Order: sequence, then C-alpha cells, then structure tokens
Amino acid sequence: MHPAYSVILFTTATGAGYGLLALLGLMALAGMAPPGLWPGLFGLGLALVLITGGLLSSAGHLGRPERAWRAFSQWRSSWLSREGISAVATFVPAGLFGLGWLLTGRAEGWVALAGALAALGAVVTVCCTAMIYASLTPIAQWRSRFTLPGYLLYAAMSGLTLLNALLAASGDGGSVLAGAAAALTLAGWAWKRASWRHDDTAGLPATVNSATGLPGGRVLSIEWPHSEENYLLKEMGYRVARKHRDRLRLIAQFLGFLAPAVLLVLAALTPAGAVTVGASLLAALCQLAGLLVERWLFFAEARHTVMLYYGR
Amino acid sequence: MTCFPASTDKSLGLVIDLDTCVGCQACVTSCKEWNTGGHMAPLTDVKPYGGGVDGVWFNRVHTFEHITQEGGRTVHFPRSCLHCAEPACVTVCPTGASYKRASDGIVLVDEEKCIGCKLCSWACPYGAREFDVEIGVMKKCTLCVDRIYNEHIPPEDRVPACVSACPTGARHFGDLGDPASPISRLVEERGGVPLMPELGYEPTNRYLPPRARSERAPTVAAAPLEDAAPEGGFLGWVDRMLSR
Repeated sequence: MHPAYSVILFTTATGAGYGLLALLGLMALAGMAPPGLWPGLFGLGLALVLITGGLLSSAGHLGRPERAWRAFSQWRSSWLSREGISAVATFVPAGLFGLGWLLTGRAEGWVALAGALAALGAVVTVCCTAMIYASLTPIAQWRSRFTLPGYLLYAAMSGLTLLNALLAASGDGGSVLAGAAAALTLAGWAWKRASWRHDDTAGLPATVNSATGLPGGRVLSIEWPHSEENYLLKEMGYRVARKHRDRLRLIAQFLGFLAPAVLLVLAALTPAGAVTVGASLLAALCQLAGLLVERWLFFAEARHTVMLYYGR
Repeated sequence: MTCFPASTDKSLGLVIDLDTCVGCQACVTSCKEWNTGGHMAPLTDVKPYGGGVDGVWFNRVHTFEHITQEGGRTVHFPRSCLHCAEPACVTVCPTGASYKRASDGIVLVDEEKCIGCKLCSWACPYGAREFDVEIGVMKKCTLCVDRIYNEHIPPEDRVPACVSACPTGARHFGDLGDPASPISRLVEERGGVPLMPELGYEPTNRYLPPRARSERAPTVAAAPLEDAAPEGGFLGWVDRMLSR
C-alpha cells in the first residue's frame, strides 16, 4: 500500500497524543497528577497539539477536505466515521480537564473525572483508528490479531515516553516512571517483532486462481490493461519499502525501541540531573522518529489482493 | 446510512465469458466513451498524450496465461465492479457517498458526498474503484445506470455500453437474482463462478470459465509451402540473371 505521509504523520502523532492524554487523565483519576501546573498543563497542551495536528494532517490526504464534516454521519457501519466522532467528542472532556486544571489549580474532583473521560475517549479513538485497518479483508497484514493491540500498545508506549520526558524536564520525574516507559518500550518491541513474523507468512487471503476464476495450474499475468502506472498500481502496488525492508526494519527497531529503552534505563538508574533530563528527552524524540519509520513500513509492506491481477 | 440492504429486489450484473473474450478492448473504450459523459462523468485523463499517462477507467482487460496439464491457454480477462451483495466498499464509507441500491443491487458513488478518503478502494479486493485526482472523488462502474433505464434510447440499447459493444458476445447483462432469468440459466449451464468467493463479498457478476479443449481441431498440419530456394529452374535463372 502507498504510504501517504499525511496518514503516517496522523497515526503516529495522534497515537502519541492520545497516549499522553490518557495517561494524564488516568493519573488525575488516581490522584497522582503532576503536582505543578506547568508539566501537567504543558503535557495536556502537547497532547492536544499532537492530536489536532495529526487530525488536520489526515484531512490533508482527502480529495475534498472541505466536505470532511460529512464523515461524522456513518458511525453505524464505518470505523473511519466512528474515529472522527470519537476524536471530536474527546476534545470536550479534554478541554474541560485542561480548563478546570488551569482554573482550580489542581486535577481533583470533577476535573479528574473529566480527565478520566478524556482517557476513555483517547482509548476509544485509538481503537477506531486501528479498526479502520484491521477490518480491511483484502490486506492480510492489517486484518490480523496484531493490529488493534499494536496500535494501543504503541500509543501507550510513546505517550509514556513523552510523559517521562516532560516530568523529567520539570523535575517531577522518577525512576519508576522511566523504568515503566522502558518496560513498555520493550513490550512494544516484542509485539512489533511478533507482528512482522506474522506478516511475513500471511501472504494474500486469495489466490490468482480464485481471483480469475481459472482453477488449477498456474496463472501468469502476460499483459496489463495499461502501459503506464494507474491509480491501483500507485495506491496498492507500492514496492519501494519491500526492496529496503530489512534495513528499514533495523532502523525502526533501533530508533523506535532499542535506543529509547537504553536511554530510559539510563534515566531510571541515574539520579535526577542533566543526564536524566537529556536521556529522557532524547528517548522521546528518538522513539517518535522510529515510530514514523515503523508506520511507514506498516503501510508500505501491506499487500493488497488487487495485485494478484497484476502478477506482483 | 452506508449499511447495505439485506436483500435487493433485483441483482443486476454482468456475466463474462472467458471462453469467447478476445481481448479487443472494445468494452473498455465504449465504457470510457459512454461514462465520460454519463452518471459519473467525467472519467478524467491526466497527461493523455504524453509520458505518464493516467486516468479513470471502469473496465480494464488483463491477459493471463493459464498453464495446466493439458497445455497453455491465453485468457483475456475483463475486470470491473462486481456489484457485490456484501460490499465492504459501502460499509467503510464514512460519508454515505457509497451506497448499494435496494431496487436493483447496483453499487454507486454519490459524487456530491464523496470526500475522497480512498478507503473504499482499499476495501475492494477486486480493484474496481479508481480515484479521480482532478475532481478529488472516487469513481466506479455504474452498470450504465443511465442507459439501462433510459427511455430515450431504443429498448435493445438499454444494456451497459460494454455489453452492447462486445463483438464476440462475451458479455451478458441481466438479473442474477432471478434463477429463471436467461443470464442465470447461462451461469448454470456453463458453470459460471464468482471471483475470490473465499473473501465473503458475495459478488453478483459471474465469469464463465473457458470451455474444455475440443478434439475437432485439425490434427494434420497443412502442406508445407513449396520450396522457394532459387537454385534451379526458371526462378533460379531469373535470380542469376538479375544478380549480375
């Protein structure tokens, strides 16, 4: 599948944003919200910027973005519609959470409740995003049991790494938080490797025989209907990533999981100071860059059944 | 709502005979000609006269080599929307632009509602939908909805443009939901098959597989052409004279 930059940016940025939002909301509910105003509110602001930027970026790949409002109408059947509604609805408790925190000065009572609702909205939205892909029958790499937990795990992982960086920078961090972020990063790495193992053997959910109705034997494509690339080949027949697959997987694993895990362990083991702050910030930036490569591969490596007709 | 109807009054669709299709592309061009002025018009072409030609087509003819124990066979294979009974292209649509008609089962796109998110084209395993980069909306086969009910054209022309253009009669149109219809009987008789049935889209269109090889073809080759080597005889003399 063609890896559109807008969709890669959208899924990665909203994933991290919703992860951060959900963690802040849950911390408020548990009475563990960051004590100072600035790390908490700055974190909430960062989460909302990531989410809003991601959503605007996703509108960028629409053919007619001015009609995007129509996408809220088909929630009964479409995961994309559900995602849109859930994303917009989540802004309400998230806004109240931020406003209440700012005005009352603490994340307690109804403010914490708004935070919890925002966390719920964040989880639902990430689930909807994942289900857009996980419900597409023609693509075996997406319609797999790895897709939905993967999206949730990478959102929680990148959100926690960001939260750790923020709290480390404000002096509210700690070994426990950095250690948890390292553990979640390692869990994400294991899940990604398991997903790739599944994807490599998944193949296509149909055969060229069933695609053409010609039973038995071999069916070879000897002539295409067109001499130049068409929409189907551009959108569904993308091949660059498959060519560089192994190298890109190494880059994604190093930037997204290995390097952040090492940096987070370093942050957890060193006493609060410049090293902790630097390692935590670097871990967050590094992980987001790695997730962009991971998401690029998620699209570029996905194989669509229509390519059976083109012998690719 | 983009939930599709549980059942349709009719199931209009095409039956394509892979035995008689000669891959002449007449259905492709007549489809383009009709539909670029029809319901989903225009079928935009990008750079039609230079390198990097691209454009929207509802019908594309592939050519395959089918190699079995009996030998190889060239099969021309027209590919277009199958007007599925379980169309995921309809259910994934976030705006309601993609819909399946309860009256005749035709799957259509309302161009006024389409936001061009392309998700329907990802959901279609058959590659039936093509994005129009100029207009910014998705386009697809309409089964010539503006021909088949058109009272301004003679009744015999009220079939999809691809069907009326086919010079070998390889394309048939009718109600596949009615087991007594001529087209359903044809499918029954020839063992017509749905494409990728394992994916559960319940396509309406059927493809008639090539017939078994016949023994009626001549087994003795024609007599070889006479030897044209100009070494002797009259031609040889002419050759020698002219070669001087």
